[in-house]
Amino acid sequence: MTIDAWLTAATADAERRGLPELKPILETLARATTALRAADFNDHADDRSAKASAERTPPAR
Amino acid sequence: MLTIEEFGRRLRAREVTSAQVTDECLKRIDADNGRLNAFIRVTADEARRQAEEADREITAGRDRGPLHGVPISIKDLLDVRGTPTTAASRVRDGHIAARDATSIAHLRQAGAVFVGKTNLHEFAFGTTNEDSAFGVARNPHDPSRSPGGSSGGSAASVAAGMALATIGTDTGGSIRIPAAACGIVGLKPSFGEVSIDGVVPLSRTFDHVGPLTQTVADASLVYHALLGDEHVTSPVPLPLHGVRLAIPRGYFFDVLDDEVRARFEEAVGRLRAAGVHLDEIEIHHTADIAPVYLHIVLADAAAYHATTLETMPERYTPNVRVRLEMGRYVLAEDYVRALAGRDVLRREVDAALAQHDALMLPTLPIPAPTIGAATVPVGTKTEPVRNVMLRLTQPFNVTGHPAISLPSGQTKGGLPCAIQLVGCRMQTDALLKVALACEPQIAAGPLPRSGKVGG
Repeated sequence: MTIDAWLTAATADAERRGLPELKPILETLARATTALRAADFNDHADDRSAKASAERTPPAR
Repeated sequence: MLTIEEFGRRLRAREVTSAQVTDECLKRIDADNGRLNAFIRVTADEARRQAEEADREITAGRDRGPLHGVPISIKDLLDVRGTPTTAASRVRDGHIAARDATSIAHLRQAGAVFVGKTNLHEFAFGTTNEDSAFGVARNPHDPSRSPGGSSGGSAASVAAGMALATIGTDTGGSIRIPAAACGIVGLKPSFGEVSIDGVVPLSRTFDHVGPLTQTVADASLVYHALLGDEHVTSPVPLPLHGVRLAIPRGYFFDVLDDEVRARFEEAVGRLRAAGVHLDEIEIHHTADIAPVYLHIVLADAAAYHATTLETMPERYTPNVRVRLEMGRYVLAEDYVRALAGRDVLRREVDAALAQHDALMLPTLPIPAPTIGAATVPVGTKTEPVRNVMLRLTQPFNVTGHPAISLPSGQTKGGLPCAIQLVGCRMQTDALLKVALACEPQIAAGPLPRSGKVGG
């Protein structure tokens, strides 16, 4: 699910449940999720970021 | 105010009794709790009974160790048999703990005296102690200020002389933040060391139990008692000359009050002059700390609260309810990404510590905030209070490394500042030895105190 689609669905659900005050904090969560998904430690099925992540991350002690 | 160490010396020299010191703590609670609201429940009768029993045992030659007869307060998130565990929430109305939390059972076995249950941010889900079904807890240094949170009542109780030590929990900084705000020592042990059985959870992935005390030596004594260690002695500091500390610049210094920064740099100068080797290092994925933390803690908390959010939503304080509801929208795929990020951050902190005894950084970027403030000025920027208070402590809940906050002087207005030392995973004792060695240089003089117990 894309973040835009998630935010639209989550906001609609919060309003349906009588919690319109959730909207601004769902937008905050959406920004955090955007940052999380953009992080270079994420693996992808086409292997496009795994090497970059491994190069940046020190090995475990 | 007596430390646990000094109390123990005087108890065994028959200069004081547990009953006398417990009574002084109870008098201090009577005098100041109306102003500070540190306690939700005071167990005066039970405390006096425990103290008299402790004194009888000493007279009879039975010594349970360093915590024998020591008056201690307990965050109202941990079960104490026969008393309610409110978590500062109406959701818990009617609860009575059938048995002690494992850590509390260990303290009871060690002879500690329980003076009462302390106020907190509802369900430990906040940094200011403002959202509590039992009202706002206040900072003994300035009652218009927050004592920090979520263990705010706990920290206030020790800073105000209502107990010689207290037990808190720390999921994003909830021991270290109030310790810093109230000018006392707060220890978050390494993840998994101290049992969280019998503790109302916020996030089982990040929850820790630990002590808040007046000194590092006292923190070590209470920490070992929490573990159930039967033969506890005062820790021995490392020789200061040759201690190696790493200062993680960048993220950890980007948002920092000027006076907090000044107290930190002054401590660096004193430590360097005393022979401590200080390096500056970088931790690469710091930009990912908040997103990683948020997705895990929100989802963990939402899982625990899902049923009561449906059946009794009106019993939550509004801010905590909304924050818990947010967690119900975290997607599983993002939770898994956050777990992967946690592993990366853990390895990076491990690597930063490979050549050092501890990391050294400020604990709280700002002095204790004014109660009711949603934002706070930091340098030329305005920051949300909650985000800025968590900024320097939550990384080590994510990674699980042990961390201890020590007082590092005060602002011109008399508010405490604090420095955090972070050690290797599962090596809390080694961290305590470093902290014990560094404590005088970090404090640079008498620690801020606002209460007197026992002379």
